Amino acid sequence: MKMKIATLAVGAVMAAAPAMADLVFPSLSYRTGPYAAGGIPFADGYADYFTLLNERDGGIGGVPTRLVECETGYNTEKGVECYEATKGEGSLVYQPLSTGITYQLIPKTAADGIPLHTMGYGRTSAANGKVFGNVFNYPANYWDGASIAVNHLLDLNGGDIGGKKISLVYHNSAYGKEPIRTLEELSKKHGFDFKAIPVDHPGQEQKSQWLQIRRERPDYVLMWGWGVMNQVAIQEAANIRFPMENFIGIWWSGSENDVLPAGDGANGYKSLALHGTGSNYPIYTDIQKFVVDAGKAAGAGDQIGTVLYSRGMYAAMLAAEAVKKAQAIHGTGDITPAQMRDGMEALEISAETLEANGMPGFGPEFSVSCENHGGPGLGMVQQWDASAQSWSLITDFIGSDKDVIGPLIAEDSAAFAAENNISERCN
Amino acid sequence: MPEQLLFAVEVTLNGLMAGVMYALVALGFVLIFKASGIFNYAQGVMALFAALTLVGLQNGQIPFAHLINAIFGTKLHHFGWHMPAVLAILLAAGVMVILAILVERYLLKHLVNQEPIILFMATIGLAYFMEGIGDLMWGSDIKKMDVGLPQGGSFWIEENTQWLGFGNENFYGFFLDQLDIVATVIAAILVAGLVIFSQYTKQGRAMRAVADDHQAALSVGISLRFIWVLVWSIAGFVALVAGIMWGAKSGVQFSLSLIALKALPVLMLGGFTSIPGAIVGGLIIGVGEKLFEFSIGPLVGGATENWFAYVLALIFLVFRPQGLFGEKIIERV
Repeated sequence: MKMKIATLAVGAVMAAAPAMADLVFPSLSYRTGPYAAGGIPFADGYADYFTLLNERDGGIGGVPTRLVECETGYNTEKGVECYEATKGEGSLVYQPLSTGITYQLIPKTAADGIPLHTMGYGRTSAANGKVFGNVFNYPANYWDGASIAVNHLLDLNGGDIGGKKISLVYHNSAYGKEPIRTLEELSKKHGFDFKAIPVDHPGQEQKSQWLQIRRERPDYVLMWGWGVMNQVAIQEAANIRFPMENFIGIWWSGSENDVLPAGDGANGYKSLALHGTGSNYPIYTDIQKFVVDAGKAAGAGDQIGTVLYSRGMYAAMLAAEAVKKAQAIHGTGDITPAQMRDGMEALEISAETLEANGMPGFGPEFSVSCENHGGPGLGMVQQWDASAQSWSLITDFIGSDKDVIGPLIAEDSAAFAAENNISERCN
Repeated sequence: MPEQLLFAVEVTLNGLMAGVMYALVALGFVLIFKASGIFNYAQGVMALFAALTLVGLQNGQIPFAHLINAIFGTKLHHFGWHMPAVLAILLAAGVMVILAILVERYLLKHLVNQEPIILFMATIGLAYFMEGIGDLMWGSDIKKMDVGLPQGGSFWIEENTQWLGFGNENFYGFFLDQLDIVATVIAAILVAGLVIFSQYTKQGRAMRAVADDHQAALSVGISLRFIWVLVWSIAGFVALVAGIMWGAKSGVQFSLSLIALKALPVLMLGGFTSIPGAIVGGLIIGVGEKLFEFSIGPLVGGATENWFAYVLALIFLVFRPQGLFGEKIIERV
């Protein structure tokens, strides 16, 4: 009986004591299902970076981080369930790695006052901070990606792609359709012939599309794919002996997963890159020392250094930098989601920031503002070397055509504002 | 020959080849449905599981390595061998036989005389279970299928059909993927083998007897349990062949299980109980969807293949509910 009373007393004291502060980062991951091969490395990179901060620095600003992982299976309904299940944990920012989930979370996060960061995916016009106060998609979005690809082709052709034939092979979904409008506008501006070729989900059978490409012989093929669509497209391109150096994927069509199944046939394939590639950055030494060697690596610990692992790590670094900014603005370590939003809106990533994080030159330098939640819209181009089984960056950061993209963003965000009765901020 | 006609012929040939690939998946469904009346929802996952097992064995991957490492803190990954493809295929087929025995013993045996819908739901559970076990055993990463199958368009066919264009520079000869040609040959051998097995062997005849009438077969001493194991083993082998062919196209990954979606219209069209029906259904769907995409697709924005296959199957259903080769259902009042 005495024992029971003592136990109850300890329990009561523990319940009454204030919870230890921590910075909560939900991870809406997908480690199972058809898209797991892309979801796992991103989730591992995201988790390992926060583990590194805890192990090496004791958290951010002295406050430990806590990752709350929830499996979505890349399913929009499950993603929303995960959001509802984790938002009460004090979640600071959501990064769902799914355009479908993003569209569902935009109104929910706005109502709950939790920021949403969709790095290189999601709703492109969310770059307009005057309308989308809670959503951020820096450092680049899909429309930037389309423009960066075209600018790369302009560079390759001495600034003139008039009369060239450019086809877009795209996932027949909201995600895949994103670049079409931009490419149509760019085709008018630069005089190239543009053709969009859809591939239905999941994209396992693409014979018709690639026979069409073989018949029409475009000069360049761009791809907006995800999951199995990428691997099949690259294999089919190799099958019809399409010149791989003229085949360029968006950054979601440029991981090791996409090219390895095609073997030597994928040699020379290009994709856009949001960030650096390979593991020749000082941060990887720290990850090895403080995370892997300590037995704290996420998942199986076998994804370190891959493209999508690096992307998860980069996304986590940007979130951590926003936390530091928020802590500085509000003078507190244990920030709220609203304060996190302020930190994201005042985020500045300089060369020194990247250097200090062990990622020199890994991403672009940029700053976020109330008006611009989309960042600078920069990206690089990487190329696959099948014999070395590695990606190499073949360009520096390339900018997007803001003259074309700016009005499109303004138009789309204005329509969203009108539909949802939102009045513009930042005045 | 006019350019568009040549292209239409090329599309038709490729449609036939694609149809064979669909038929390979549909065959597994037909075998199990014919022998036991079960619509096996897990057939697509069986193809995935078989392909995962094949590649895992070939690469010397230690099954459940991630789980073992997480529990015991070890760093096991590979046995350190690279197994010849033929041996790996035989072993993977052996694993599918073991799976068939387990399915019969722990699932079907307990559901004898249940309604078809109960059995169907049990296969849904089986699909989820196998997907999870496959993930635990071999991991979720995409694996290259390398069993020596040729890939890419055939140069020989391309060069030797170029003359059909009579100098038309827009026609480069017919494109036929070597993998599709191999798949067609393998499918033909598989169907011939299945027909010979079911017509001329004791077990094959027993299988047909069970398919015709369970109770009559039981009354003459045929073991229902043995036949179920046999049928699921053959369906497992067919799944392995389908997994190899589709895995060679896209790499072995979890979306491989979605190839079942391609088999459904084939089954609706060809009939759930006919092996030739699966082949003919596959060819009709393959050619139909490719020609529709070629001729009408550009007018409606493309991506017509997925829905067109189902529409075509539904049209057939209106006029022939049992499918082209399915058994006519006669209900006596």
